[in-house]
Amino acid sequence: MTTETAKGDAGARTAGPRALARQRRRQSVVRFWKQYRTHRAGLAGLIALALFALLALTAPLTFGSDVAGVTGAPGQPMESPSAEFPLGTDRFGRDLLGLLVWGSRVSLLVGLLAAALSVAIGTTVGITAGHFKGAYATVLMRITDWFLVMPTLVLAIALATVLPRSLGTVVLAIGVTSWPTTARLVRAQTLAVESRPYIERAKALGGGHWHVMSRHVLPNVMPLVLAQTTLMISSSILAEATLAFLGVSDPNVVSWGGLLQDAREAGAVSSGNWWYLVPPGIAIAVVALAFTLCGRAVESVLNPRLGVGR
Amino acid sequence: MTADAPSAAAVKAAAPAVRGPRARTGTRYLRYGAGKVGGAAVSLLAVLVTGFFLFRLIPGDPVKTMTGGRPISEEQLAAYRREFGLDLPLWEQFTDYCGKALTGDLGTSYQFRAPVIDKISEALPNTLLLTGTAFVLYTVLGIVLGTRSAWRHGGLGDRLNTGLALTLYSIPSFWLGLLLIIVFSVGIGPIPGLFPTGGMESGSEEGFAYVLDVAHHLILPVVTLVAVEYGQTLLVARSALLDEMGSDYLTTARAKGLRDDLVRRRHAVPNALLPTVTLVFVNLGRTVAGVILVETVFSWPGLGGLFYQALSVPDLPLVQGLFLFFAAAVIVMNTLADLVYPLLDPRVGR
Repeated sequence: MTTETAKGDAGARTAGPRALARQRRRQSVVRFWKQYRTHRAGLAGLIALALFALLALTAPLTFGSDVAGVTGAPGQPMESPSAEFPLGTDRFGRDLLGLLVWGSRVSLLVGLLAAALSVAIGTTVGITAGHFKGAYATVLMRITDWFLVMPTLVLAIALATVLPRSLGTVVLAIGVTSWPTTARLVRAQTLAVESRPYIERAKALGGGHWHVMSRHVLPNVMPLVLAQTTLMISSSILAEATLAFLGVSDPNVVSWGGLLQDAREAGAVSSGNWWYLVPPGIAIAVVALAFTLCGRAVESVLNPRLGVGR
Repeated sequence: MTADAPSAAAVKAAAPAVRGPRARTGTRYLRYGAGKVGGAAVSLLAVLVTGFFLFRLIPGDPVKTMTGGRPISEEQLAAYRREFGLDLPLWEQFTDYCGKALTGDLGTSYQFRAPVIDKISEALPNTLLLTGTAFVLYTVLGIVLGTRSAWRHGGLGDRLNTGLALTLYSIPSFWLGLLLIIVFSVGIGPIPGLFPTGGMESGSEEGFAYVLDVAHHLILPVVTLVAVEYGQTLLVARSALLDEMGSDYLTTARAKGLRDDLVRRRHAVPNALLPTVTLVFVNLGRTVAGVILVETVFSWPGLGGLFYQALSVPDLPLVQGLFLFFAAAVIVMNTLADLVYPLLDPRVGR
């Protein structure tokens, strides 16, 4: 730590402002990581995520790209777990392990995209509502509050029902209904940042709205946005599974929620075929939990009120 | 409710027997209440407008969506258009729809050939039974466990509690329901099927036996709903109490020699309770999602199950009616909570 500070001082004397900023940023990342490492739960979440990401990315190598084909399925329908099919087979005789691994791609992809969309909308609404006060902010926050109270899943389902069935629809339906929490958090943070003197200085030097928002406010709300994104991914993955289970997602795509829907339709519940149901649910829960744990760890590193300080 | 509320507030404030403050508190509350009710009215109007445009302006012909892309003759199309009022100009459809919705006419279900409002009022009591029971249980459980967790934060109990709540919170409710059915209804290994697999009644019981039968059917859905929902309340109650932990009045209470348990119950928890209750109501929207899934999984004959049936067709008038109903119900519940809130907490609404 002391050597870094010394280096920073040396940099201040020799390098220009840009290099200095870059160095500071690198130092804060290092500092962040040092504190993040102390959160055991967050670390466990990160490791679990890395494993799932690896599985999802290598799916075409480990399992051929034809696991989802109904014709020419390798096994008999509804086989119990065996050496050949470690998780058994589904109602078409497809390998459930392969389906599970391929399903992770869709679940993770939709989760990431929907969370990105939701956080992007939330951040834009939050920053502009915090920056431009007055009637504009009032109206925007009213809309936010409205969305916050609304049963968002019902709204998302309604959207997914009337739009064509595709993954894009699912991403859109989750993204446009789940942004209000982010908007509220970002607005609060924006108000706090904008009351600091350096914003006044930037305005006095001729900085316009765009300059203040993008150069001064955005970097300061970014940590919060990062934490919020991690938490949003977790709930987006759950929402995707829910939509797929209710049958409003793309029926031709293999996802974890879709597998559960298949299992229910194939009568796995009444015949007690737990091995059909358990793995996809565990996968959803583990990934959602992992993102939540990471998000909470990031939050507690960044939020001094929770007692961790910088 | 609105009419009684101000007088209740006035009675509370009247204790010092001064006329001035009493009148003022009443007017203040009225102004606060009027603001909340006005806001709710705007929200309800927004729901009405959203409901209309969501199901009409979005790409595709509603009739085609309704028939699920099956081939259909021109005459039949025209007949459907007339039946659902789709041949009128858009603004006429809108005024028509608003007028009807305000009088409780939500259209005719495509699937059941019955008024949507009838289907809703049939299913509503069943949903209220399930949701009400679960709501009370998960709120109490969440608050009790959450405040205990916060009081000894960082300890083993806190870590276990938070960990379990987070895990259950990450579990898809429908999956938990399905597993409970497999384990406790179908039976697995040595465990026999203890509970019915779904529905609300066996159909043969009467009188007291009927009540027991419904209760028997109620257990698994309620357990599922409580398990996935209490985590949220727990975390909110925990952080609300953590916010109070450093307060001076707690130090004072301890300094005057109050036992730790009493400091928590009499001083800290009541203050932490209020933000928790607000958030419990704000999160009702999330609970609706849980109810839809749990009712679907357990074939509970309530609004959620109805919503799922409507979705699988898709029966757009019914989906729309239920959308309006769920949204309106959540807004009304939130407004009621807002109106009761200042009666519980004198700091709010001044």
